[in-house]
Amino acid sequence: MADFTSIESTRERLGEVGYLADEPASLVSFLAGRLGKPVLVEGPAGVGKTELAKALSRATGRPLIRLQCYEGLDEAKALYEWNYRKQLLRIQTEAADTGWEEVKDDIFGEEFLLSRPLLKAIKSEEPVVLLIDEIDKTDQEFEAMLLEVLSDFQISIPELGPVYARTQPLVLLTSNNSRELTEALKRRCLYLWLDYPDAERELEIVRLHAPELDEHVARKLVEVVHMVRALDLKKPPSIAESIDWARALLVLGAEDVDSAVLEKTMSIIVKHRTDLDLVAERVGVKLGADALFGATRTAG
Amino acid sequence: MAPRLLELADELRGEGLAIGTSELLDAFAALREVSWTSQADFREALGATLAKSQEDRRVLDLVFDRFFFRAVEREAVRQGVSELDRPYEGTGPDGIDLGTLRERIRQAIQAGSDSEMRDLARLAIVAFGRQGEGSGVIGVDVQRIRRTLGLRTERGTQPDPDEVPREQLQRFERHVRRELERQQVERTQSLPPSRPLREFDRALPSNPAQDLAAVHRVVAQLKRRLATQGREQRGRKRGAAVDVRRTMRTSLQTGGVPLELRYRPRRPRRPELYVLCDVSTSVTSSSVFFLSVLHALHDQFRKLRSFVFVERISEVTDVFERERNFADVSRAIATDAGVADVSGYTDYGRVWLEFLERVVDDLDPRSTVIVLGDARTNGRDAKAKVFGTVAERAGRTFWMNPEPRLYWNYGDSVMAAYEPFCDGVFECWTTRQLEAFVDALAAVRISTA
Repeated sequence: MADFTSIESTRERLGEVGYLADEPASLVSFLAGRLGKPVLVEGPAGVGKTELAKALSRATGRPLIRLQCYEGLDEAKALYEWNYRKQLLRIQTEAADTGWEEVKDDIFGEEFLLSRPLLKAIKSEEPVVLLIDEIDKTDQEFEAMLLEVLSDFQISIPELGPVYARTQPLVLLTSNNSRELTEALKRRCLYLWLDYPDAERELEIVRLHAPELDEHVARKLVEVVHMVRALDLKKPPSIAESIDWARALLVLGAEDVDSAVLEKTMSIIVKHRTDLDLVAERVGVKLGADALFGATRTAG
Repeated sequence: MAPRLLELADELRGEGLAIGTSELLDAFAALREVSWTSQADFREALGATLAKSQEDRRVLDLVFDRFFFRAVEREAVRQGVSELDRPYEGTGPDGIDLGTLRERIRQAIQAGSDSEMRDLARLAIVAFGRQGEGSGVIGVDVQRIRRTLGLRTERGTQPDPDEVPREQLQRFERHVRRELERQQVERTQSLPPSRPLREFDRALPSNPAQDLAAVHRVVAQLKRRLATQGREQRGRKRGAAVDVRRTMRTSLQTGGVPLELRYRPRRPRRPELYVLCDVSTSVTSSSVFFLSVLHALHDQFRKLRSFVFVERISEVTDVFERERNFADVSRAIATDAGVADVSGYTDYGRVWLEFLERVVDDLDPRSTVIVLGDARTNGRDAKAKVFGTVAERAGRTFWMNPEPRLYWNYGDSVMAAYEPFCDGVFECWTTRQLEAFVDALAAVRISTA
């Protein structure tokens, strides 16, 4: 499949592979391909940042290469590493009279290079989607190292010289904002802020992922999730969690989201002890009261 | 269009966005790809290339609106277009009933429809103007219109049909403000000077749990500042003291001629913090903020003693060390700190005396005292001299006041009495200001003992 041609088609093709992108998301995805710039995606946990990269890979038919970041991630794990065991074997099997120069040229060849995600993405024959997940978990040194890769799409290996990208990879960096990223990195990226979707869009998403769920239940579910998000919680429920909840309700065969159902299944969307108490107190009571007076609340 | 965009970028820089040439080039490249005529796409393209954080994006949106509003108005003034002589459709001969209007506005705000809010804002201004209460000052008029319409923001948990979401109400107020500005421009036939964004507008809507996280971030920065400061100075030899003994020893190599000078190494200063926090009723609104600052400080510093005071002072260091949960900490302090004696009013004079008595032996030039309070003595003796003794014994003293500088020394505030003894006084009730404090801290030169 080819790259995107317009904002509209970007949105449609993302929709076809099961990702309902909003205006900004489809515009930035489109621009990323056109301008050849990496995209920095920020937002609360679980709003579909990683999912966007996967969807882009599906929609464009490019393979996805993923680099999961963590504290202490270094070049050997992200870029490349020399396969020293193989190098040792090579030296040992060598006859005694081969000159050092010859062996040296040989053991620092591509054959002895272990490609890690970044080098793999750069070297790839076909265009790829490169996902650098949770970049905020790494330290600043690693960020500095990324700059070369992100702005010129090249990696310098001292023994081999620079490796240039053969095709333009589509790069996505995600961050949960646990620390401020450096200006230099931000400067090289397009910026996309993904937020919790509004009720209508979330309803669409839930119905896309749990199509068998009754329309009425799905609507009620989204309403409750929005109510819960409005509370002051340690960790508000994400889209992924509302989908999980929808699937759970489906398995349980629930016909309505009332206070009893909420109490039983609440732990799917809220994961902190103190948050659970708060939700039970505020939302549970409200649902109970609604049922009592037969009040129907409309979305929004 | 390019010059216009550069002007916009200039205004954005004025509001503190870091926009370099590379960002601008990106913006132009992006605008080549999207249609210029769709406002949403245009704005999103600028957002993706110029704004690199959520806060930046918020500022961009506000500046974007203001910028193009002004551009349109300037053009209208130049071409002499006016709406004043045309009555706005929808207003009948005898005007619209205020009650109906009120109801419609409330619905529009709850629905969050921008175009409807704009139309209704104009109607409200017309209806309000007929009552003849216009003050001519836009800010005052906006508040009066809001009060006339009886709009309140949501409070508490009980649903009340009269209340509207705060964020939406702010949007409606922005529409009213904009319409009033438009009328003013038409009346005077000139644009008022552009003003920087208000702090209140640029702040993102947030909730306490996330605010707490923000405070923690800034305090982590504060710690880095205090730690790196010492190291910076150690590297620099200028102003260092000559170590005579070591210089003599080295001179032995050169036959007793001191060719090479040896300096006494500078030790990085391990900050010892004393934080005093006012928790009386006059600072209720900011004491949550202060307590969260304290909470964050305890996360970062080991040599930290914290105190809370109202009439008397009480050390709460152990409370913070025992409890990790912020809610528990504030509850513990509220219930058993025992700082309010009889009246519940702050008595700064007595607090200084008690503080001095407790820590006098521990204070040394290496220690930093930070006071969080409004310096309102309720007419009691300020005992500035005693505070002076505290400040003198401590290496550095900072005061953070939760009131705007404008209100200092009004009424019973005696900030001026304490100010001369401090190395720095700051107004501080938002994380942004806390950051400013951290920045200022780096600028203040440390006098090493």
